Amino acid sequence: MKPRSLLLTSAMAASVLGFATAATAADLKEVQMLHWWTSGGEAAALNVLKQDLTKEGYTWKDVPVAGGGGAGAMTTLKAMVAAGNPPTASQILGYFALDYAEAGKLGDITAIATKEGWDKLVPTALQKFTTTNGKWDAVPVNIHSVNWIWLNKAVMEKIGGTEPKTFDDFVALLDKAKAANVIPLALGGQPWQEATMFDSVVASTGGIDFYKKAFIDLDESALKSDTMKKAFDNLAKLRSYTDPNYAGRDWNLATAMVIKGDALVQVMGDWAKGEFRAANKEAGKDFICYRFPGTDGAVIYNSDMFAIFNVSADRKAAQAAMATATMSKSFQSAFNVIKGSVPARMDVPDTDFDMCGKKGIADVKSANSNGKFLGSLAQNYAQPPAVAAAYDDVVTKFFHGEIKTSDAAVTELVKAIKSAK
Amino acid sequence: MTAADLVAAPRRRNYSSQSIVTRVVIYGLLGFFAIIYLVPLIVMVMTSLKPLDEVTGGNMFALPKSLTFAPWTRAWGEAAIGVSDTAGISGYFMNSIKMVVPAVVISTLLGALNGYVLTKWRFPGHKLVFGMMLFACFIPFQSVIIPMAVILGLLGQIGNQLIDTFGFSFGFGNPTVNLVLCHVVYGLGFTTLFFRNYYEAFPTELVKAAMIDGASFFQIFRRVLLPNSTPIIIVTVIYQFTNIWNDFLFGSTFAAGDQSPMTVALNNLVNTSTGVVEYNVNMAAAIIAAAPTLFVYVVAGRYFVRGLMAGAVKG
Amino acid sequence: MAVTTVSGAVTDRGRRITLRTRLQGLVPKLVLAPSFLLVLIFVYGFNLWTVFLSFTNSRAFTSTKLIGFANYEKLWTWTFESDPPSSWYTAIVNIGIFGGLYIVFCLALGLTLAILLDQKIRGEGILRPIYLYPLALSFIVTGTAWKLFLDPGIGLEKAVHDWGWTSFKFDWVVNPRMMIYCVAIAGIWQTSGFVMAMFLAGLRGVDGEILKAAQIDGASTYATYRRIVIPIMRPVFLSAIIVLAHMAIKSYDLVLSVTGKNPGGAAELPSTFMYSYTFTRNQMGVGSTSAVIMLMTIAAIMIPYLYSELREKRQ
Repeated sequence: MKPRSLLLTSAMAASVLGFATAATAADLKEVQMLHWWTSGGEAAALNVLKQDLTKEGYTWKDVPVAGGGGAGAMTTLKAMVAAGNPPTASQILGYFALDYAEAGKLGDITAIATKEGWDKLVPTALQKFTTTNGKWDAVPVNIHSVNWIWLNKAVMEKIGGTEPKTFDDFVALLDKAKAANVIPLALGGQPWQEATMFDSVVASTGGIDFYKKAFIDLDESALKSDTMKKAFDNLAKLRSYTDPNYAGRDWNLATAMVIKGDALVQVMGDWAKGEFRAANKEAGKDFICYRFPGTDGAVIYNSDMFAIFNVSADRKAAQAAMATATMSKSFQSAFNVIKGSVPARMDVPDTDFDMCGKKGIADVKSANSNGKFLGSLAQNYAQPPAVAAAYDDVVTKFFHGEIKTSDAAVTELVKAIKSAK
Repeated sequence: MTAADLVAAPRRRNYSSQSIVTRVVIYGLLGFFAIIYLVPLIVMVMTSLKPLDEVTGGNMFALPKSLTFAPWTRAWGEAAIGVSDTAGISGYFMNSIKMVVPAVVISTLLGALNGYVLTKWRFPGHKLVFGMMLFACFIPFQSVIIPMAVILGLLGQIGNQLIDTFGFSFGFGNPTVNLVLCHVVYGLGFTTLFFRNYYEAFPTELVKAAMIDGASFFQIFRRVLLPNSTPIIIVTVIYQFTNIWNDFLFGSTFAAGDQSPMTVALNNLVNTSTGVVEYNVNMAAAIIAAAPTLFVYVVAGRYFVRGLMAGAVKG
Repeated sequence: MAVTTVSGAVTDRGRRITLRTRLQGLVPKLVLAPSFLLVLIFVYGFNLWTVFLSFTNSRAFTSTKLIGFANYEKLWTWTFESDPPSSWYTAIVNIGIFGGLYIVFCLALGLTLAILLDQKIRGEGILRPIYLYPLALSFIVTGTAWKLFLDPGIGLEKAVHDWGWTSFKFDWVVNPRMMIYCVAIAGIWQTSGFVMAMFLAGLRGVDGEILKAAQIDGASTYATYRRIVIPIMRPVFLSAIIVLAHMAIKSYDLVLSVTGKNPGGAAELPSTFMYSYTFTRNQMGVGSTSAVIMLMTIAAIMIPYLYSELREKRQ
């Protein structure tokens, strides 16, 4: 058989089998995006970016892997990178981006960043995760903050509640709800939710400077201080205001309890607002948002980012277009209105945002300027994943009674963090 | 004749003489267990036929008050999954078929050949080889992901070279081919076990006679063994089909995106992190995704037991 | 055997035939070789890689920096941390509870159903797939259904309350101490039908003569089953236990979906421990170490089984 006909036959055989990959010498105009925003408001928000890029003539190649708050997607990403086939970009959280940067797997979009002046627009604290040695290798999509509480306004009026300013006020409010036969606190009893709530409890109990000392600096004396014990005791107090079936509940089901008026309040990051929106509820009219009592002025943040991977030269143009589109003011506004978060660049007008969004944007600006803008430990923005997971472990074990006292909890916390480092 | 037949034989010649009470108890127990096994499926089907407010508001065991098939059409072709252009899980159905058919065929064929060699063409050390292959059944998939990714990456590079040289990858680096490889490799232990135990009981005299007649290795396999292997082929096919169709880990790790199998799409649909959870759509999607395997079980269940009986479980 | 005939043929028929026969003798090995090679690389090669990683300080990515037995020491200390329980301690206790219940109940239910079905039952063809179908469903979905079903606020407890029995209580899934039992219930539901099929096949294969002899000796039905039928099915028990043990060890989706992401860490299993340390906690060294320990545990179960299995064949 002549080489040519051999080739033809094999090619035919291959295409008959349906496995032949036709000669796609990597489409220049293609953005391959790995993410875990597969449904509801999140997918709708991401769709804005897809449309923006489609308008510019780029094809969107969607690689969604839902589940486990990105755990599934992170496994896929690890496999793609190990195989030498990284996506154009991937949704990523804080310290995970640093890992890839350290391993030299991320690309470089400093040129665009310099041109557009991102370093002046993005909060400095956030740039720790988007840059490596001054090189930009990720773009932030939004800024979430975890120290919020969400209340049903009708229930609030029924029980005659007012905005709680301190933790004690909060407890008094919860007592009122309990007396009125409403579930005071809607809670999803999953490790990450409990730890996310504890972030706020710690900042409220010890103040934001204590939060910084304990969780950002990992100061051992702060970690085992009486203040930390008090924070665990406060967490236990909150637990007594939940319904008995909270264990294992998804967070959006807990939000639904507040939306329906079965429960008064949920402690949750501002992604909860997306749920109210999806249920056609209006901020100020149907629901109220306050900062977690005792944390006003501070922002304990997390952020969704797109990590830029080191891809072949012919894919870099698409990558740059994706980064530019993500950082554009219009996208940052449109996306974050849907998602419930606030824009990652601070020059986006707040006109399209509701009252909670407007407060969020103002809070980020002020907190950023006075050093009260700190990463959430539960959400991987204060410490590497190993430490954050160890923290989640201790909090959830305490919450579900495996660790019985706050004394034991702080001892375990110190031990677990040490062993994870 | 069943075992019970013989057990009961001397005192009671046949079943009709088993006391009525005994029969009632037997049927009662079987019916009771059948209901318990069916409850989850019934709940799933009923949930999928209710409008969402009836699902979240009502009793999960209650019959639908207003019957709707909308969740089924949504699950099949309308529900958005991520921001891809393909809506619903219908687009991923073919991906699964394209993966599961070659994987089942290849692993079954290799298992049959291995079983044939390990029983009829034995060589020193055949037991060790068999033992080592059997151990492949037990490897936890999570621990092979990274090295597997590296190897698949190498295959992808070969594919790119081939594209540069010939214009075609010959399947190298194709996600579906990669999944077929994974499933063949980690299914080999089971298929070899099934066929080896089946052929163990197959009369060696027939093979010897064919050898004397001058039949070659493959002729004997094709003319003597294969025609007599129907039950075990069915067992193996069913077992492999179920496992491969339901695989999620390999599918989501090595073939995420538009080539992903159905389970990955299903997971993306079901794992809502925001928004209202559409339980009715989820349940409908789940039943659709399980339909091929359910079909195989119902239709081939009869052969399944026959095949098992014929040798798969007889150490 | 083909290989041994080669030397005899040399003097009689000359070189040509010798070569052909010799090649023919090689064919079986050549047929087996690809499978064996795949297993060597993808199972044993990867296992060695995992063993290697367990001695390194690999975190987010694989690292080649050796740190001796540090990871093993870590897990060894965690093994004995019971108050408060370390995740590893919980994982070990849970695999004991879960694995024990899962295997015992699947065997008991499977055997009971098989014996009942073996009583010449009308409608066996309908009942069999009913018991079998749960295996066909992927846990991505049935997990959600089970979670709903077990949730006291939405599922069984609420339904029973609605029906009037208001003191009924079934809240295991929200009680950290009972959570693992819920996982076991869902697991037993999924697999017991498959075990039933194995036993049914075994029962149908029991040699009638032995049973007749027992009956003539006057043994009761119960005694015949207990003393004769069940002992004869020993290989079936072993196969079933092995299949169940490997499924128990590999269970992963099951735990996370039924319990809702493992609240309080109370439903930890070695498989979830390994996955989270390897992929989400960025302590790949520790994850690999737990994988090695899992594999050694599997080997500890498998090797005696294989030994007894292969030794019996020799008799």
